[in-house]
Amino acid sequence: MTTLKQLMGAAAALAISATGALADGPAIIFDLGGKFDRSFNEAAFTGAERWAEETGGSYAEIELQTDAQREQAMRRLAEAGNNPIVMAGFSQATPLAEVAPDYPDTTFVIIDGVVDEPNVRSVIFSEHEGSYLVGMLAAMASETGTVGFVGGMDIPLISAFACGYAQGVVAVNGDATVIANMTGTTPAAWNDPVRGGELTRGQIAQGADVVYAAAGGTGLGVLQVAADEGILSIGVDSNQNYLHPGSVLTSMLKRVDVAVYDAFTTGPEVETGVHVFGLAEEGVGYALDEFNAELISEEMQAAVEEARAAIIAGELMVHDFRADGTCPVQMQ
Amino acid sequence: MDFLTVLQILDSTIRLATPLLLACLAGLWSERAGIFDIGLEGKMLAAAFFSAAVAYTSGNVWIGLLAGIAASMALSGVHGVASITFRGNQLISGVAINFLAAGLTVVVAQTWFQQGGRTPQLPPEARFSNIELPGAVTRIRDIAQQGPFGQFYSELISGHSIIVYMALVIVPLTWWVLYRTRFGLRLRAVGENPAAVDTAGISVVGLRFAAVAICGVLCGLAGAYLATALNAGFVKDMSAGRGFIALAALIFAKWRPWYALSACLLFGFFDAVGNRFQNIQLGEFVVPVQFMQALPYILVVIVLAGLVGRAIPPRAGGEPYVKER
Repeated sequence: MTTLKQLMGAAAALAISATGALADGPAIIFDLGGKFDRSFNEAAFTGAERWAEETGGSYAEIELQTDAQREQAMRRLAEAGNNPIVMAGFSQATPLAEVAPDYPDTTFVIIDGVVDEPNVRSVIFSEHEGSYLVGMLAAMASETGTVGFVGGMDIPLISAFACGYAQGVVAVNGDATVIANMTGTTPAAWNDPVRGGELTRGQIAQGADVVYAAAGGTGLGVLQVAADEGILSIGVDSNQNYLHPGSVLTSMLKRVDVAVYDAFTTGPEVETGVHVFGLAEEGVGYALDEFNAELISEEMQAAVEEARAAIIAGELMVHDFRADGTCPVQMQ
Repeated sequence: MDFLTVLQILDSTIRLATPLLLACLAGLWSERAGIFDIGLEGKMLAAAFFSAAVAYTSGNVWIGLLAGIAASMALSGVHGVASITFRGNQLISGVAINFLAAGLTVVVAQTWFQQGGRTPQLPPEARFSNIELPGAVTRIRDIAQQGPFGQFYSELISGHSIIVYMALVIVPLTWWVLYRTRFGLRLRAVGENPAAVDTAGISVVGLRFAAVAICGVLCGLAGAYLATALNAGFVKDMSAGRGFIALAALIFAKWRPWYALSACLLFGFFDAVGNRFQNIQLGEFVVPVQFMQALPYILVVIVLAGLVGRAIPPRAGGEPYVKER
């Protein structure tokens, strides 16, 4: 019986350990999309890797497989003595609120969520501002005057992407139509490229010639269909321009890597409380590299830079969907 | 709603129905021979992974397709050995296959490609491209410029991958083999009354293994379609429950090939409508997107509970054949 128990314990431990946990070092927990989602989690991974390369240190990591593992993973890393522990993804906020008070000496960093505990640093991004800029680019690149948006899971965070995008589009072309679709209402919506592709086809059929994907792994299906159909697409979180050179107009960068890198570099003394990464902090932005240089003209770039400066200076306010649950721009 | 929109929804219906149809026919072959198979989902998933992985490595989509079919048939073999040779419980074996495929694909993908349980993105030559029939235009925006017949031809008839056309050919083929050949008669008999077949001196075990093998081939096609035609690569759990919807379609179709086609098209249609129309406005009232996305599943329940009438499965289904007691 005891042997059996030991075996089962070992199996359970194996199930959630990606690499052996290293005591004292920093740790990171990736969300369900997986650390190679080419998007949000991969950005977090990039930041952690940059820290490891520069300092020669090593960190513990866990890739969640199911929702049920969240609390278990946090406790496991905290008990192993890892500090600070970074959590990527809004879904970790609820379990963290329960776990954080139990480990007052450990600093937790949550990205995309807010947890009001003295030992938690909450990092949130102004996705609406970055989306506003790519929305402007979309409207300037569009020939039909119709642009699309494919979201992942239907949550306020993703609606904030959509709403910022729509405001940017309308700022350039007041008559433009924005078609916004969500992939689903469960976490499976982050990993359904088939449905993402079908939604994109539907939007193209309705006249869209630029489609913005804010959908994790589902977005890969969106970018693929856009490339197949010869229209433009906009990537998200990480720089996705290289995936389909000449078809990806730009990517809305969300510097999750910077947030992770900062936390890892400062260590357990990292400042807690809520931190907003906006345009001014270069926490969000749009990607410009050799893969999309031909798609973005100098006028487009100048217009976007002007808007960027205006937002930073506070002259231009982009409405955040999360503030009141409404969007000033009508989307289809 | 104009004519082109209708065509586009039907076009989307065909794309979404094809994996369902192939999996449904796979289940039909297996269950007609008396082997219940709830492992369709797992076989599709395994086929999706191996077709994408081998297509990427070899750079040839046809070799990938063969690898996908081989993977699916290997799982079919496991199911066959467990439930035919060793007379195990067919449902348990099927569940085991689903779990095995869900875990194994991610683990093997991680070992081979180190990309977190997915395959790299497939280059164009490692994918099934859409077949353009002569005279058809390809891009959605060009199609809108055509006349009604041109739209119908270019949008609906042309521009699908070869697996879609194969699936549509397999339906009459399945019907013909099952109902017009000696092999088909015996196969159906094995699912109804294996003792009678055995008395006639025909191998029950052989026929059942043949059926399970055909099931493997069809699931392999379905999985390869997901990973190498609709998408450009494998993503974990990409079959997303389609194997189970196919089982529901099979019951709805009362285990008949032509009915299976219409059932799968119906489910594909619900899915396409849910994708295309989100947040429909009916006067003051807005139908929320959640309702539209749940609609296919709600309709499945309604259809299965009320409209289908009595669906009688093959009489010997689920029971291992024992020659003598």
